[in-house]
Amino acid sequence: MDVVLRGITKRFGPVIANAGIDLDIRAGEVLGLLGENGAGKSTLMNVLCGLYQPDEGEIVIDGNPVTFSGPGEAIEAGIGMVHQHFMLVPVFTVAENVILGIEPTKRIDYLDLATARRQVREIGVQYGLDVDPDALIETLPVGVQQRVEIIKVLFRSADVLILDEPTAVLTPQEVEEFFGIVRSLRDAGKAIVFITHKLDEILEISDRISVLRGGRIAGHGDPKNLTEEQLAEMMVGRPVSFEVQKAPYKPGAVLLEVQNLTVLRHSGEVAVDDVSLTVRSGEIVGIAGVQGNGQSALIEAIVGLRRPAAGAILYDGGDITRASVRARHAMGIAHIPEDRQRSGIIGDFTIGENMALNCYYEARYASGPAINWPDVMAGAARYVADFDVRTPSVYAKAYQLSGGNQQKLVVARELTRDTKLLIAAQPTRGLDVGSVEYIHNRIIDARDEGDGVLFMSSELDEILALSDRILVMFKGRIIAEFDAFKGPVDRNAVGLAMAGSAPRAAA
Amino acid sequence: MTDQTAPDALTQKLLQRAAPGRAEFEDLVIVPIFAVIAALILGALVMLATAVDLPTIGQSYVALIRGSVGSLNAVSETLTAAAPLVLAGLGLALGFRAGLFNIGAEGQIVIGGLVAVIVGFSVTGLPFALHLPLALLAGAAAGAFYASIAGWLRATTGAHEVITTIMLNLISYRILDYVLRQPFIQREGRADPISQSVLETAQLPQLLTWIDPNLRVHAGVFLVLGAVALAHWLLFRSKIGFEFRASGKNPDAARYAGIRASLIIIAAMASAGAMAGLAGANQVLGVLDRATPGFSAGIGFDAISVALLGRSHPVGVLFAGLLFGALEAGGRQMQVDAGVSIDLIGIIQALIIVFIAAPLLVRAIFPWGFRKSRQERGA
Ligand SMILES: Nc1ncnc2c1ncn2[C@@H]1O[C@H](COP(=O)(O)OP(=O)(O)OP(=O)(O)O)[C@@H](O)[C@H]1O
Ligand SMILES: [Mg+2]
Repeated sequence: MDVVLRGITKRFGPVIANAGIDLDIRAGEVLGLLGENGAGKSTLMNVLCGLYQPDEGEIVIDGNPVTFSGPGEAIEAGIGMVHQHFMLVPVFTVAENVILGIEPTKRIDYLDLATARRQVREIGVQYGLDVDPDALIETLPVGVQQRVEIIKVLFRSADVLILDEPTAVLTPQEVEEFFGIVRSLRDAGKAIVFITHKLDEILEISDRISVLRGGRIAGHGDPKNLTEEQLAEMMVGRPVSFEVQKAPYKPGAVLLEVQNLTVLRHSGEVAVDDVSLTVRSGEIVGIAGVQGNGQSALIEAIVGLRRPAAGAILYDGGDITRASVRARHAMGIAHIPEDRQRSGIIGDFTIGENMALNCYYEARYASGPAINWPDVMAGAARYVADFDVRTPSVYAKAYQLSGGNQQKLVVARELTRDTKLLIAAQPTRGLDVGSVEYIHNRIIDARDEGDGVLFMSSELDEILALSDRILVMFKGRIIAEFDAFKGPVDRNAVGLAMAGSAPRAAA
Repeated sequence: MTDQTAPDALTQKLLQRAAPGRAEFEDLVIVPIFAVIAALILGALVMLATAVDLPTIGQSYVALIRGSVGSLNAVSETLTAAAPLVLAGLGLALGFRAGLFNIGAEGQIVIGGLVAVIVGFSVTGLPFALHLPLALLAGAAAGAFYASIAGWLRATTGAHEVITTIMLNLISYRILDYVLRQPFIQREGRADPISQSVLETAQLPQLLTWIDPNLRVHAGVFLVLGAVALAHWLLFRSKIGFEFRASGKNPDAARYAGIRASLIIIAAMASAGAMAGLAGANQVLGVLDRATPGFSAGIGFDAISVALLGRSHPVGVLFAGLLFGALEAGGRQMQVDAGVSIDLIGIIQALIIVFIAAPLLVRAIFPWGFRKSRQERGA
């Protein structure tokens, strides 16, 4: 099935998210869709999958113009989308999730789960999407959950699959498996649209590339004769440097000291198992590891969102193990949370309110019981401009921002506070290359000014580029440490440690 | 990190507010107006179905308007009925904004009113300028205390406020019955539960008796305006209001921001109770002059509708309270003029709420009032 988008225009009030976009999607091909944060990729795909109605333009399927008044109609026409944020019911099984909304029934509304299970298995075999139909979603790792999302779309016999930033949450191994699935889908004649900010991925997997900039098509390309640098320039409109410049490593006094910390999950399992680490001022410590090995719990304990079961956290000479979140903020700890949508922003609040979310009470913004909103808004406008958050106004609601711009909002808020220690979880998740460059430089500036930085990332490249020291977490323990300040660290060694197969090494 | 560089053109542009969108206007103005119209039409149908003839229906809606805004007396009655609804509705709105579904305004009105009456007749020798504020404050404080019991239970044990406030409502009726029979409280020479009368110095003065001694509107209207302004300031200008709203919209983000959920629950319940207590004080000090069983008259329940209709926005609550006050005053006239049961007003009020709660229904009934596009919300 071939789909052509002709002159698609979509406006949100004064913002033109898509301005007369033409796009070709062909059967048996992977189309890579690239573009800066806020370029209009998600909007365009939401138009294609029937979630938004375009203001102008048309969608043509195999030569016939169509209009969708909702996602149901797009699915019927064979267009399915895997959204960046999964939409699965955690307490349902895989098969139950797959049939949700189109439940096959026998006589008198009897739910035909047996057939559903069989079909899930068949789809799995056909495309190499190996999933147990009876597994509960909440017990599955993200990578497998994503397969379920894909099976859901295939189960509705989609011929066009839209994948919006599918690899943002995957580990390197999972990405390889995922590409295998994408290739088998393509070879089966499906048309695939693949959105990502990772240039190496897009070069590896796509057959054609289209680049969006400012709501328009900035160009098309053939991945065979394009380099990452060229792509980046097409996207951002200027050359992007992939190297980060760091001042020499000059660590100061110990700022954060975690001693024999043990943190439990809600289920009582051990998430962090007797971990000790230190962060000095003027150094960046990176925590590498496959997701789900306790990094998130460790960070939540350090910022005060989770009570540790044992151990101590010392900061700046004091014991903060029992200090409140607010007290830690006030002592100069900044925190970029892992899941921006869940806890980093409030979608219904304005951008200005979100910029003050955890500092509204500070002297610069409040006097007595009142908040000085003009000051908050003026500050927000300055930071929005500095961090290039794409929005028409600081009075816009945060949910109106594109995914990457929401991330920039959170990062801007935390990096502009007057802090001594930055704790960051996935600080550049969902950001385009230009923004990643900018944020990396800001983090390094903070380090060069003498701040301590502890960050975790599932992106090995980011860990290697930023860290002075690298800690690898596996099954709740720190199983390896690499001193990156002494010289380049062996990528493979870190990768092996992440897989749990390394002895305690000091490279 | 406070560099004071001159704001450049871009930041100036970012500081401009977009004009309120069409969608917002539809949501806040058109939907409520059509909801009222739809409810009135359905109300007429209900009358038809109960064998009221057409001229009587026409007569009753004329009476509804005459009785609510048709004369000075009508306006006075509307304002008198609206005042406690707005006050209690403001309180509920504060709770809703913080994510608390407080059903307990009724009980808070009872307790607030009761304490205000006691202060109103038992404290003697104070001048008006001290006695009235004291009685009002006592009512607000009592309401705040009573509501924060539910808040405290929620914060410490997780007991849901819907359940606890309903229970506290029932308890408040019994407290009222009991207290009204105490010799110190009960009016001398009476066997039925009724309190002594509030002293002159603690009464909310009537405003228009110099025109006509029957005009009941009293200084409570200023109390209402002050409370609207206070609630607005609290919600949108103050730190604690920011904390209320953040906790209500996204508890995870509030926790991340270091906002203590348990403190916010108690503070929000207390401020809600203060407003409801003030509503009770307003009734006993401005209208009734004493407390009797059932003096709260279901105001606390109507106030839930008022808060919902006003979208938990102080100004919206003001207008919604005025509307409900008008319906009440007009409804009495309707009963007198056309002999239609006052219960019909209850039905119309309920229908308004149904339509407000289902904007899509209103859009379907009155398609010409709205732009075509649906609400679109991406991430
Ligand atoms: N619901 C909405 N209301 C108002 N504006 C919106 C809405 N959704 C998107 N926009 C605006 O449209 C533009 C394009 O957003 P879109 O989400 O399509 O970007 P994107 O290319 O997917 O970016 P990212 O890589 O950050 O996800 C942005 O400027 C965004 O602010
Ligand atoms: Mg997007």
